[in-house]
Amino acid sequence: MSQVLAPILPVLAAIGLMLANGVVLIYMLRKVLGHLHLRLGPVHVGPKGIVQTTADVLKLLSKEDIRPNGVDRWMYVLAPVVVFVPSLMAYAALPFSETLRITRLDTGLLYTFAVLSVVPLGVIMAGWSSANKYALIGALRAAAQQVAYEVPLLLSVLPVVMIVGSMDLAEIVAFQTGVWLGVVPRWFVVLLIPSFVIFMIAALCELNQTPFDMSEAESELVSGFATEYSSMKFGLIFLSEFSNSFVISALAVTLFFGGWTLPFVPDSVLAPIAPVVFVLKTYIGIFVFMWIRGTLPRVRIDHLMNLGWKWLIPISLAWLMLVGVVVKLVAPGGVA
Amino acid sequence: MTDPRDTVLTHALQAEGTFDPGRAPAGIKRIPSGVDGLATEHLVVNIGPQHPSTHGVLRLVAELDGEEVMNVEVAVGYLHRGIEKLGEHRRYHQLGTLMDRGDYVSGIHGELAAALAAEQLLEVEVPPRGQWLRSLMSEVNRIASHLVWFGTFGLDCGAMGQFLYAMREREALLDVLESVTGQRMMFNYVRPGGVLDDITPDAEQKLRTFLRTIDSYLDEHHALLGGNEIFQKRVRGVGVIDRETGLAFGLTGANLRGSGVPYDVRRDKPYAAYTELDFDVPLGATGDAWDRYLVRMEEMRQAARMCRQCIEGLPEGDVMAKVPRVLRPPAGETYACVESPRGELGVHLVADGSDTPYRFHYRAPSLFAMQVLEEILPGHLLADAIMLIGSVDIVLGEIDR
Repeated sequence: MSQVLAPILPVLAAIGLMLANGVVLIYMLRKVLGHLHLRLGPVHVGPKGIVQTTADVLKLLSKEDIRPNGVDRWMYVLAPVVVFVPSLMAYAALPFSETLRITRLDTGLLYTFAVLSVVPLGVIMAGWSSANKYALIGALRAAAQQVAYEVPLLLSVLPVVMIVGSMDLAEIVAFQTGVWLGVVPRWFVVLLIPSFVIFMIAALCELNQTPFDMSEAESELVSGFATEYSSMKFGLIFLSEFSNSFVISALAVTLFFGGWTLPFVPDSVLAPIAPVVFVLKTYIGIFVFMWIRGTLPRVRIDHLMNLGWKWLIPISLAWLMLVGVVVKLVAPGGVA
Repeated sequence: MTDPRDTVLTHALQAEGTFDPGRAPAGIKRIPSGVDGLATEHLVVNIGPQHPSTHGVLRLVAELDGEEVMNVEVAVGYLHRGIEKLGEHRRYHQLGTLMDRGDYVSGIHGELAAALAAEQLLEVEVPPRGQWLRSLMSEVNRIASHLVWFGTFGLDCGAMGQFLYAMREREALLDVLESVTGQRMMFNYVRPGGVLDDITPDAEQKLRTFLRTIDSYLDEHHALLGGNEIFQKRVRGVGVIDRETGLAFGLTGANLRGSGVPYDVRRDKPYAAYTELDFDVPLGATGDAWDRYLVRMEEMRQAARMCRQCIEGLPEGDVMAKVPRVLRPPAGETYACVESPRGELGVHLVADGSDTPYRFHYRAPSLFAMQVLEEILPGHLLADAIMLIGSVDIVLGEIDR
């Protein structure tokens, strides 16, 4: 029995985590945006409105699943799945602590980015198959955006890989334990601040969040690629968005902020609370994303392309080269 | 399977001569279709009447080449209520209630224009306190209206942050208006002969509190939206309406002043108490969206300045002249205009000696601002098109009537 369950349990755990995350993050988004905008956010359903998300999920489930005339039937049905499944798969390699993770992959970083880059494919499918002009424009924007920003996103994390010498997320975290000079945490955000800045910009773009919410662009494209989706198909797209922001933020924490570790805290204290530390750090990252989302205007599509191709890619290439040279000079035999 | 409605629409547009994929607007380089053997075609998108950022029920039929707008036709009439015809069956002092429902964001100005026109026909003199209260309430309403524009303009650019902050300030002004007029939007406050009622001590106190803080709040708003690099890149040099285009299209108000034409009804054809008030008329340099933004921001400051002067200098006396209950102006016609937040709002009345006007027409500044969209939108990106609808600040209530 246990042999049958063993491979299934982590998958169930991932699904559970993703759903729980979705529920918490949607509530958090509404509250954070609400207070940023001088509103209260949800207050009526449950104490402080905490059951609001549950009520909304129930509402979505009970809604009629409308399939408009003229849609490309298979693509239309498949698109939410293509959006949803990779976001679920991305949880597989995330190290919540030294021991708590779904699977340990030597190429965890590569794997996570690889599955995440499938998501825009689903977005394009959704927009293309919807037989809606707004959705089509949104999908084409997503395609252009994806090409322009995946490259700097990956280039921005390569310096980390070069220094650590591994793509295993757990090893990257292990490398960042301890402090320099007795006070500065050995986090990559200190060492590789340009990488971190590029990562944040490209991540916002990858997440389709304001100021880069091109493919949704509410004030221009109504709901962009998701315009024609209703019921739980829309629910899946919505959920995957929140799940992605968790994954991207968790990657930022792992790569630049020491993952589940905390400086100055001995291992014996840290070990039992490591997953909590990791999730808290990740939520702080998500809060920053929401903060940006609630404040900035939307970048225009051509400015976005300019920023990606003319600035981020050259800068990240130059930075990558610089880090490479320094690593070779400082530690010719490899840092680790 | 294509939607049959699409075909109908396309055919209708072809019949009207608006859908012409072969025609490129001046200054636009067309990529020849059929690159690499792939045929390309233009996309006709109906923006509105149900769309998050068309400021009511405006409908734009936009022809897109990718993201670029090639051609735009503005379709209006979705909010038509027959206000002008209704006006022919209303007594003169009832016209204000109709005007409130035209430009519903700044009702005082509409009422004032109607009242001025009726007074010109009747040759009534409004007592000084009434004149000053008209100016005061106009300026209070102007700030409230510009704040709505400020909040929604940010929304059109994709920024959500400033909207409710602008609404917070507007709320204070609506409280003032409510205290004086008893209403928050449909005031029916300005009547032929003066104004309905005097300012209440409560309103005066609220207004004083508001005027103490508004300048610093406006600085904050400006820093939040206008100080943003992304926002500036979106509005600078975009949607340029040059002087000639502005004049040719009959633009007025901030849209024309943004293009550098110094025309302000308050200064050039003074009404109410504006001859006695001290204010500047801000002007733009190039006529782009950024200039229009700056002009409106400065107008709010100037309006606050005038409010201060009005409160301090409010003369004693009656607020309403002695006018008969039923107004029967002698036969004749007249035109009276005011500077509404959207430009020159004029009322044309033809009287035939009875208690209702023979013809009631008004010049809605938004109508002209909307028409210029067809001229300036081609060549811009879709995102800018949406932003530019916000930048000319139209209210569909007064366009459709």
